[in-house]
Amino acid sequence: MNNILVTKEVTKQFGEHTALDKVSLEIPKNSIYGLLGPNGAGKTTLIRIINQITYPDQGEVFFDGQALRAEHIAQIGYLPEERGLYKSMKVGEQALYLAQLKGLSKAEAKKRLKFWFERLEIGDWWNKKIQELSKGMAQKIQFIVTVLHEPKLLIFDEPFSGFDPINANIIKDEILKLKENGTSIIFSTHRMESVEELCEYIALIHRSEKILDGKLSDIKKAYKNNIFKVGLQTGDAEVLLQELGDKFTINASQIDLEENQLDLTLQLPTNDSRELLTYLSTKANINHFVETIPSTSEIFIQTVQSKGGEHE
Amino acid sequence: MNKLSLIIKREYLAKVRNKSFVIMTFLSPILMVAMVILIAYLTKVNDNESRIIAILNESDFFSNDFVGSEAVSFVDFRDISLEAAKDSVAGLGFDGLLYIPKDTSLKAVTEGAFFYTADAPPTQVVQRLENTFQERLRQGYLQELGITAADYAAMDANFDLNTATFSGETNLKGITELKAFIGGGFGYLIMMFIIIYGGFVMRSVIEEKTSRIIEVIISSVKPFQLMLGKIIGTSLAGITQFAIWIVSAGILLLISFAVFDIDPSALNTGVSVAPNMGPAMPSVDHTMQLYAQELFKIPWVMLITFFLIYFILGYLIYSSIYAAIGAAVDNETDTQQFIFPIIMPLMLAIYVGFFSVFSNPHGPIAVGFSLFPLTSPIVMLMRLPGGIGEGGVPIWELVTSIILLIATFIGIVWLAAKIYRVGILMYGKKPTYKELFKWLRY
Repeated sequence: MNNILVTKEVTKQFGEHTALDKVSLEIPKNSIYGLLGPNGAGKTTLIRIINQITYPDQGEVFFDGQALRAEHIAQIGYLPEERGLYKSMKVGEQALYLAQLKGLSKAEAKKRLKFWFERLEIGDWWNKKIQELSKGMAQKIQFIVTVLHEPKLLIFDEPFSGFDPINANIIKDEILKLKENGTSIIFSTHRMESVEELCEYIALIHRSEKILDGKLSDIKKAYKNNIFKVGLQTGDAEVLLQELGDKFTINASQIDLEENQLDLTLQLPTNDSRELLTYLSTKANINHFVETIPSTSEIFIQTVQSKGGEHE
Repeated sequence: MNKLSLIIKREYLAKVRNKSFVIMTFLSPILMVAMVILIAYLTKVNDNESRIIAILNESDFFSNDFVGSEAVSFVDFRDISLEAAKDSVAGLGFDGLLYIPKDTSLKAVTEGAFFYTADAPPTQVVQRLENTFQERLRQGYLQELGITAADYAAMDANFDLNTATFSGETNLKGITELKAFIGGGFGYLIMMFIIIYGGFVMRSVIEEKTSRIIEVIISSVKPFQLMLGKIIGTSLAGITQFAIWIVSAGILLLISFAVFDIDPSALNTGVSVAPNMGPAMPSVDHTMQLYAQELFKIPWVMLITFFLIYFILGYLIYSSIYAAIGAAVDNETDTQQFIFPIIMPLMLAIYVGFFSVFSNPHGPIAVGFSLFPLTSPIVMLMRLPGGIGEGGVPIWELVTSIILLIATFIGIVWLAAKIYRVGILMYGKKPTYKELFKWLRY
């Protein structure tokens, strides 16, 4: 079994509203998986189904090859989008309680908490109440509580919202370390750019349906439009632009006469850029030549538009 | 450790460590005792006020009939007009003027008598004067009939009709009410407990929603487990508080009665003036004994067993409704529209209990309300001190009532759990009843 989690045609309805429509996903082990889509697309509902907070009307969920059962809860760590802690409870006590609810013994939970508290340099917070801590501090505790029981699968819903940049980086590093140690991770977010660099796999959810999924690099390859960004230095930019325009499709261009600089974006019929490069090298100095790879949100918009008709 | 017991433990500790809870636990008995002492003290002060009443007696029938006491003293006026007497009473600052006119017969004299006061006359004084007139009239009639006071005392027949059930058990007057009162005490306890600690359950659910910890927790435990743990934990905290209240209030009362020298029985009896009760006293003692016997005969073990059954089921039903309400709303102000329909059956049960069960414990209203599951925990307990079976609550009624209660318990907890499960994850909406109904189908 190479997938930590598989969903098969999972459907969930709330009254008249269909929150999930036959969503099938395969989340590979030891990967970072991005569950992407706008607000209200159904991501949180799917995550709640994985966490057995709600149950699907139809379809099945498999965890590590087995049909999802109550015991699997102990192997999943979940940081919900709507997250918080008991305000008037002491940090240590609270963390112990939540760890025990996940099935850890008190002694084991204490040992691991000590470890994490020292690692994130918050050892002296043990006897403080949450209401005495800042929001960022509370988020650290929240993170520890999520990962403490060393789950096989970690699910982060909008993980970096509410974190200041410094803490967000600390947490990001910790998540990457966890991944190195063999944990599978799901990121769910509507801010696609925030997790793009982290994810190996993604699924795009739009209006209750999965519209695209797969390995991010494959998707990007498939969605490449053979668009290249070129920066040239030449004595006669306008002439060159004219000549280029006759041979290639130019999307945008900018001329800086003082610097003899010509910047342009052009699209090739195939991914083969050799002809263009050869031509350019005879005409001008090439400052840069970059293939533009579409961002996840661009891919998302493109996919939604291409499927537009069926969803309206 | 099992998850449910973890939740119960946390809920319990969170409650009993809460500062306001601790303060209420220790302050309430002190306040309560202080209140009782204050009332007792004020009553005593009120009684101690001494009144002076002037008597203008123009008749021949009254001479030394009005005897002063600690509370009232009498001053005789002679040979002045009524108007002059009124003026001097006002001038001297006396509390009233009793005017007895001159007339031919005792009857006419008493009927012509008037009591003047500056404002509304104090009831106790009027009562006292009336008693004196009554006594004098009786003496007068006896004299006319030629009967001596000794003869009269001898023939004073103090009669109480003995009543018994067909099975031969003697009944005491008022014992039915007394029993219903004891049951009412239990019922009242249940109502108070539900309102106070049901509210706690509700607030605790709202707190978990507003602090946004709820989803973190229910990714580890089932919402139903959390709800149940919360209800049980809170009620254990409630029982702890109640126990502390009862014990400490009891001790404090005893101490303060000793310190302030207050007679506890003075609190119960409204009218303390009881003239001419002398010969009746032994029979009162006897009756008291019978009452005591009757109270011992109340099947306490049965009563407490059923109290526990009705208490647990009733409390679970109501507190799960409270939990569902807490889950449905975002803050406490939104709870009002849902709370009223819960409190209503409770209040109804108490009122029906005190009005209907007292006068007729086995009448149709009493029976109906002791079967209806939302009121039965209170109303049935008021009926139960009368016993079960013959002369008491028929067994079929008791069984039906408990079966209905259990069925309702299962149904309500099931519904509440559904609303709870959906509601705890809903933010920023003020739900309507219609919406709650929709949630049941999610």
